[in-house]
Amino acid sequence: MRKPKWVVQIAILSSVLLLSAACARDSGGGGGASGGGGAECPDSEFGCVEVGADDPITLGTLLVITGPNSSLGLDSQYGAQIAVDMRGDVLGHEIELVNEDEGCVAEGGQTGAQSLVSDPQIVAVIGTSCSSAGVPAAEITSEKGVLMVSPSNTAPDLTDPATHQPFYARTAHNDLVQGAAMAQFAAEEAKAKSAATIHDGSPYADGLQTVFSEKFESEYGGTITTQEAIGVGDKDFKPVLTSIAAKKPDYLYYPVFIPEGAGITQQARQTAGLADTDLAGSDGMLSPDFVEAADKDNTAGMFLSGPDLEFKGSFYQKEFLPAYKKKFGDPASVFHAHAFDATNMVLDAIEEVAVETDDGGLLIPRTQLRDAFFDTSGYKGIVGTLTCDENGDCNPTTTIAVNEVTPAGAFKPTFSVTLDLEEAK
Amino acid sequence: MGGMQRAMLRLPIRQIFLVVLAILLAVGLFLGIRSNLQAGILSGADYRSFVIDGIARGALYAVIAVGYTLVYGILFLINFAHGEVFMSGAFTSFFVARTLSQTGFLNENPLLSVLILLVVSMAVSTITAVLLERIAYRPLRGAPRLIPLITAIGASLFLQNTFRAFYGANTRGYPVPESLQGRMDVFGIPILRTQIIVIIGAALLMVGLYFFIERTKTGRSMRAVGEDREIAALMGINVDRVIVQTFAIGGMLAGAAGVLWALVFSQVDFFMGFFPGIKAFTAAVLGGIGNIVGAGLGGLLLGVLESLAPYLFISPSVPSPNQLTDAIAFTILVLILIFRPGGILGSSDEEKA
Repeated sequence: MRKPKWVVQIAILSSVLLLSAACARDSGGGGGASGGGGAECPDSEFGCVEVGADDPITLGTLLVITGPNSSLGLDSQYGAQIAVDMRGDVLGHEIELVNEDEGCVAEGGQTGAQSLVSDPQIVAVIGTSCSSAGVPAAEITSEKGVLMVSPSNTAPDLTDPATHQPFYARTAHNDLVQGAAMAQFAAEEAKAKSAATIHDGSPYADGLQTVFSEKFESEYGGTITTQEAIGVGDKDFKPVLTSIAAKKPDYLYYPVFIPEGAGITQQARQTAGLADTDLAGSDGMLSPDFVEAADKDNTAGMFLSGPDLEFKGSFYQKEFLPAYKKKFGDPASVFHAHAFDATNMVLDAIEEVAVETDDGGLLIPRTQLRDAFFDTSGYKGIVGTLTCDENGDCNPTTTIAVNEVTPAGAFKPTFSVTLDLEEAK
Repeated sequence: MGGMQRAMLRLPIRQIFLVVLAILLAVGLFLGIRSNLQAGILSGADYRSFVIDGIARGALYAVIAVGYTLVYGILFLINFAHGEVFMSGAFTSFFVARTLSQTGFLNENPLLSVLILLVVSMAVSTITAVLLERIAYRPLRGAPRLIPLITAIGASLFLQNTFRAFYGANTRGYPVPESLQGRMDVFGIPILRTQIIVIIGAALLMVGLYFFIERTKTGRSMRAVGEDREIAALMGINVDRVIVQTFAIGGMLAGAAGVLWALVFSQVDFFMGFFPGIKAFTAAVLGGIGNIVGAGLGGLLLGVLESLAPYLFISPSVPSPNQLTDAIAFTILVLILIFRPGGILGSSDEEKA
C-alpha cells in the first residue's frame, strides 16, 4: 500500500520546522547585549534585562496559587504585592508582578520556571512555595541566570553546598532550624520520651522528619519508634497508624501538607493506641484550611510549628498588616512577611546594580544582580535581620514558634525558640 | 538421541516456569510472614484491625468496580471517567451534609440524614453517568475502540476541572453524625461504626445488584446485550436504552460508594475520584472484567492486600513498609494475571478484546 503523497509532504515539512526550531538562536542569553542610548551591558555571561524608558520592571512569582495548598502560595503572593504597592517605583520605573502557579509539585515548578525564564523581561522570581517545586525551578532559573528568592522553601537540601543552585536564595528559615525546634519542644515541653514520624516523600517532609529524628535521639536521648512514609493523595492511613500505635510513641510528628495531614489527624484520633500520643505537624499545615479539612474536634490540642509571627517592631502591626487586610483580607498562612522582605531585598539589589541609559531606560545585569543580592547583610526586614550566606540562606537566626491548636481552631503560640542556623548544622 | 530431543521439546516450558515461580513465591511469602510473626511487634488485634480496614476499603473498591465491569461487559469500553462519576456525587452531597450539620439535623437523625445524602449523591452520580454516555460515548459508538477510550480520559479531566471551578480546589471536611463516630464491639473486635456501615451497605448493594441482573427483565436484557448486541437488537431489545440503564446503574452505585467513602475518610475534594477509580478498575481486572461477582472478589482482595501486605509479608527490617503498599498490591495483581490472564473468575479463553 502506498502512502498518500501529502503524508510524506507533511513529514518533511515538520522535520524542517523542528530542525529550524532546534537551530534557532536562544534569546536572552546573548553575551553583552548592548542597550539603547549608548550604555554597555557589563554582564557577559547572562546579559542584561533591558527595560525601556516607559516600561515597568517585571518580577515573576512562582507560588502555589491553585489546589489544596493555595492558601500557602496566595498569602506569599499578596505579601509580594504589598511590597510592590508600598514601594511604588524603582529608579522611576513601575514594578509589575507576573504570577505563575507551581501547584506544590515538581512538574509545576518545572513548567512554571520554564515559562517565566522564557520571558526576557523577567528580572527575578519570587518563589517557590513548596520545596518539591523549588528543586527543579532553581535549576532552570540558575541555568538562565535569573535570580530566584523563595519566601517559604525550607528543605535543607536547597541550600546545601553540595546541591545549591547559584541563583537560588531564600528568606524562609532552613528546616534544620524548624526540625531542631520541634525536637526541643517535644522533649522539653511535651516531655516525650519516644516519637514516631510520617513523611510523604517530598523533600520538605522528609527533610524535617530527618532533622527532628536526629536531634530527638542525639540531643535529647529520646527513642524514635517508627519512621513511616505515605504517598501524596493517600486517603486511608489506618494501617500505617495501627502499626505505629503498636509501639506506643509519646509523640507523632507528620510534617506533611493539608490533605494528607488532615486525613492522618482524623484517623489518628480514631486509632485506639494513639489516645495518649501528642500529634504534631509543621508550617505546611499551619492554615485555617487545615483545621477546616480535619475538623476542629480532631485538631484541638495538636502542635504545629512555624515562623514566629509575633514580630518585634511596629511596622508589621501598624503598616503592613492593615495594608494587607485592606486589600486581601485576613492572612490565611504565615509566609507573607517573608515574601515582603524577599521582594524588597530584590528591589534593593536592582536599585544598586541597574545602569541608567541616556534615553531613560535601564540595563539590569543578571550576574551583578545575583551578587548584590547575595551580599545583602544586616537587612532590617519584618522577619528579622537578614544576611545572606554563600549558599543562599538569608535567615541566619530564626525564631520558630510552636502553636497549639485551640478547641475553636485558632493557633495559640505556646513555645518559641530562637536558633542559629550555623549551630543547627 | 533424537527421541530425547523430542521429549525435551515437548516439555511445557511455560508450565514449568510458572510452577517454579509459584513455589518460589510461596516460600518467600512463608518466610516473610514467619519472620514478621516471630518478631512479634504487632499483636493479633493489630492484624485483625488491618483485615477489617482492608475489608472496608475493599468493599468500596468493589462497589465502584461494578461500574467498570457492567459497562465493559456490554460495550467493551473502559470508562475511565467512572472515578469522576463517584466524585461528583460525593462532592455534591457534601454541601447537603454541611447544611444538615449546621442545622443540627445531622446529629438528631443520623440514619435519615445518611439516607438523604445517599439519595442526593446517587441522583447526581446517575445523572453524570447518563450524560456522559449521551454526550461523550454515544456519538462514538461505531468508532474504533481506542477513540472512546481517549474520550473517557478527556471526560475525566473535564469533570475534575468543572468541579474544581464550581466548588474550589480545597479539601473539605465531610461532617459525620456523632452517633456514627467511635467504635463498636462486633464479636469482641472493636470496629469503627462508619466501617460497619460501609461493609453492610456495600454488601447490600452488591447482593441487590446481583439479583437485579439475574432476576429482573432489565437485568436479563442487559445480559443479552452483553452476549451479542446485534442478536439482542433483533430479538426486540432496545439496545440504546439498555446501555443507558447500564450507565445509570453503575452511576447509582458509584454515588452510594461516594457517600460511604466520605463517611469513612470524612474528606472530599475534586480529585478524590482518581485513585479510587484506578484501584477499582484494578479490582475489576483482578476479579475478571465483565464479571460482577469477580468485581466484588477483586475489590475485597485488593483492599485486604493493600492494608495487610506491607506488615505481613515484608520483614520488619525494611524501613517504612507502608510506602511499598502499591508496589506489593500491583505485583500480586501482575502475578495473578500471569497465572489467570482473564482474572480470578474470568475464563482465559473469553478474550473478548
